[in-house]
Amino acid sequence: MIAYIAKRLLAAIPVLFGLTVIVFAIMALIPGDPAQAILGNFATPENVEKLNRDLGLDKPLVQQYFIWLGNLFQGDLGRSYMQNRPVLDIVLERFNATLILAGTALVLCSVLGLIAGVISAVRQYGWADKAITFVVLIGISIPSFWLGLLLILVFAVNLRWFPASGMYSIFGGGDLPDLLHHLFLPALTLAVVATGVIARLTRTAMLEVLRQDFIRTARAKGVTERSVIYKHAFKAALVTVIPVIGIQAGFVLGGAVYIETVFQWPGIGSMLVTAISTRDLLLVQGGVLVVAAAYVLFNLAADVVQTILDPRLR
Amino acid sequence: MTAVESAPIQPARKASGRPSATRLLLNNTLATGGLVVLAAIVLIALAAPILPLADPNVTAPANRLLRPLSEGHLLGTDALGRDILSRLIWGTRVSLLVGISATLIAAFFGSLIGLVAGYAGGRIDTVLMRGIDMVMAFPYILLALAIVAVLGPGLLNALYAIAIVNIPFFARNIRGITLGLARREFVDAARLSGKSNAQILFIEVLPNVLPVIVITMSTTVGWMILETAGLSFLGLGAQPPQADLGSMLGDGRKILFTAPHVSIIPGLMIFVLVMSINLLGDGVRDVLDPRLKSGALSRPVARTAVTRQGLVPDAAPDPAAVLDVRELRTEFHIGGEVFKAVGGVDMRVGKGECLGIVGESGSGKSVSAMSIMGLVPTPPGRITGGVALLEGEDLFSASDERIRQLRGSAVSHVFQDPLSTLHPLFTVGDQLVEAIRAHEPVAKSAARRKAEELLRTVRIPNPAERLKAYPHELSGGMRQRVCIAMALAHDAKVIIADEPTTALDVTVQAQVLSLLDTLRAERDTGVLFITHDFGVVSAICDRVAVMYAGQFVETGTTEQILSSPAHPYTAKLIDCVPVLGEPDRRLDAIEGRPPMVNDLPKGCAFAPRCPRARDTCRAAPIGLTELGDGRTVRCLYPLTEDGDE
Repeated sequence: MIAYIAKRLLAAIPVLFGLTVIVFAIMALIPGDPAQAILGNFATPENVEKLNRDLGLDKPLVQQYFIWLGNLFQGDLGRSYMQNRPVLDIVLERFNATLILAGTALVLCSVLGLIAGVISAVRQYGWADKAITFVVLIGISIPSFWLGLLLILVFAVNLRWFPASGMYSIFGGGDLPDLLHHLFLPALTLAVVATGVIARLTRTAMLEVLRQDFIRTARAKGVTERSVIYKHAFKAALVTVIPVIGIQAGFVLGGAVYIETVFQWPGIGSMLVTAISTRDLLLVQGGVLVVAAAYVLFNLAADVVQTILDPRLR
Repeated sequence: MTAVESAPIQPARKASGRPSATRLLLNNTLATGGLVVLAAIVLIALAAPILPLADPNVTAPANRLLRPLSEGHLLGTDALGRDILSRLIWGTRVSLLVGISATLIAAFFGSLIGLVAGYAGGRIDTVLMRGIDMVMAFPYILLALAIVAVLGPGLLNALYAIAIVNIPFFARNIRGITLGLARREFVDAARLSGKSNAQILFIEVLPNVLPVIVITMSTTVGWMILETAGLSFLGLGAQPPQADLGSMLGDGRKILFTAPHVSIIPGLMIFVLVMSINLLGDGVRDVLDPRLKSGALSRPVARTAVTRQGLVPDAAPDPAAVLDVRELRTEFHIGGEVFKAVGGVDMRVGKGECLGIVGESGSGKSVSAMSIMGLVPTPPGRITGGVALLEGEDLFSASDERIRQLRGSAVSHVFQDPLSTLHPLFTVGDQLVEAIRAHEPVAKSAARRKAEELLRTVRIPNPAERLKAYPHELSGGMRQRVCIAMALAHDAKVIIADEPTTALDVTVQAQVLSLLDTLRAERDTGVLFITHDFGVVSAICDRVAVMYAGQFVETGTTEQILSSPAHPYTAKLIDCVPVLGEPDRRLDAIEGRPPMVNDLPKGCAFAPRCPRARDTCRAAPIGLTELGDGRTVRCLYPLTEDGDE
């Protein structure tokens, strides 16, 4: 098992390299002079030339990549020209907030999605199933950024139950209850779509599993129906749902861009939007790279959990 | 050539007797609702230039932020005094156009990659798919953001970004289907006829892949509209003065607290649009790919439904029988049709006796056996008649809880394929312990000791170690021994064994059979043994019932039936058994097929395949005739009477 996990970790390394290639390639595709694009329209020609030299842009593309990769290993992602600070510092500062938001949303959508999916399957064609199916359909069709606005209107502006934006109160905040208070609405909004996807899949997986021979065996043994559903069927269904939760991590991390903007959450997502608008390309590059790496790790975690559950994979 | 061209697989929906795709779609209320709403939105958006709308871009500072239902502005005005209704309709036009264009672009390039990768295979496939995998390693929206960052904000760039990040979905789906098709006969035939690869790909393969492309489009177009709107909302898509629904929402957000309608209305529009597309998309998917239809998977309930109509047979139990089943009828109700899988069957199993039920697949032998403890899946199965008496207790009228108590204790089961019948994710030990503790309130450690003892009983070497094994770590024979051990957990009075040796190697078969036989003798357990194999019957069964089309056609002792079969069907079945050392013996496959049990003939069900059938056989139902010595046969002209004629 430990050997397997080590193997999975090793297998993640080429994927991470692939990410760096894509990120690098996208930036290399910038039309026109990249240094000009990075420095903006008001850069002096001397600065543009200096950056071209610094970035090694006069060298062949492959060489450029390895220089860039070498810098990356030393923690050098370049400087943000808007903030005039190292990209890595800014990104790491922001990453924490994104991780808290996306992590909470991921836990929420897994728990809610699994529960809703199981109820839906067990009460197939009953009113609970119909209600869940309909709510799920709404959940995967609703624009999360709009839902966030609605929740702010209802729960922050009208009811005043939750703050409308930010991560901590400006005055006297900073502790965990304060964080949770701020976290609730954005995390919930971010979880909605993924909850719908997971609930749908769990329902199908449960219905599929409940027709399997080993379920009939469990019934033939005289196991209670409760145990048949919540122990035998659920565990088997979980094995098919876990990888999808890993994939949903990508949608949650990506969706954080909208939610962080709507709730002014100080994470990488909102940073990226600003950076794109101001054409702060090195900051965009660093942010994208870090979030994509986080996604790879989330998927890795899902893989490991699945291996723990399913002995056939070991 | 023409034969080749007509050869491509016919989509399932064209099969006769099934309603057309459009009809099926309209039968789905939600999909129809989605279609109606979507059609309305599209029509209104298309008609925008001829509708009496205010100019969407004319500002009127005096009229800014009017509420909905204001004079002359049905949905109010925005921060610049522009008419929201007009902007909404024009914005919807843009959003629809962008979303659909992005879908078409993604579908075109994704399908092309998928087709080429799946058809070419080998290195091209590997390279293309590795690339796709790498793109998919990115969080979807993030990749779109990176692309917009490079191309610069703008509606067209947002469109490209969303299209690019959706290419992998198409590539993957299409490749999977193409891979399967590329190895099909009609592709080989086309290749032999000298067609070029491109011709084959686009003339032979593409039409068969089209439904999948349509499904993928219908399930992703909603997403793409949502995501392009999202980019516009972030200010990275449509730039003023151009407006789509997303940028309207983004503009309105700045004045959310003072004039919420400015952002709520375009958001609602996106929601309704995407929802209607998703409803329709689900409907299209269900029609084009029935396998994916979630509704097709009905959850079997814990116990077969019992709806006995008419007379419940006289329930005076046979004192000699442990299990006494009379007039059992089990039906499957599927889509308005009734399949009479079991049409009145009597089974009697005495103490320590083994009754074999023999028949072809589909004869109803397994369903008969599974009906006893209510293990036939409902839906679609239901027991519609008869009684099953376990030591005098009517199982069909017992409570669910009572049935649960009897399952695995008084009546236990051994099933066919031990790999699929054991839970793959629990150890053998856990599954045995569970079987023990289901009916015996003992501590886990005690149950584990008993489990070990059971494994020893079924001659599994090193039982303490084997308890920790998962089913996939054992051989087929070992697994079946585990299943038998499970069936022995509670001194069962009857073991129902449904083809327990069919999935095993011949040598292992013999071992498992002799094990079952020994245990039966030691424990005096009755066995109901289902098989299609007369060789197996002779090894273990005391009496045999031959089943055909849901009824017993002949019963008797094993010896009687094997040495002098009375029913022509029995004789044919016995002739099918290969005999070791007689390779030249031609195995007489029985011509024809068993009748469908939803359309049984009036008379003898075997008559159409029977060489001895006469008109009288087809005229009326044929009853079981006593032949003496407890033998019965359902035949007007049994083989045993040949000597008398």
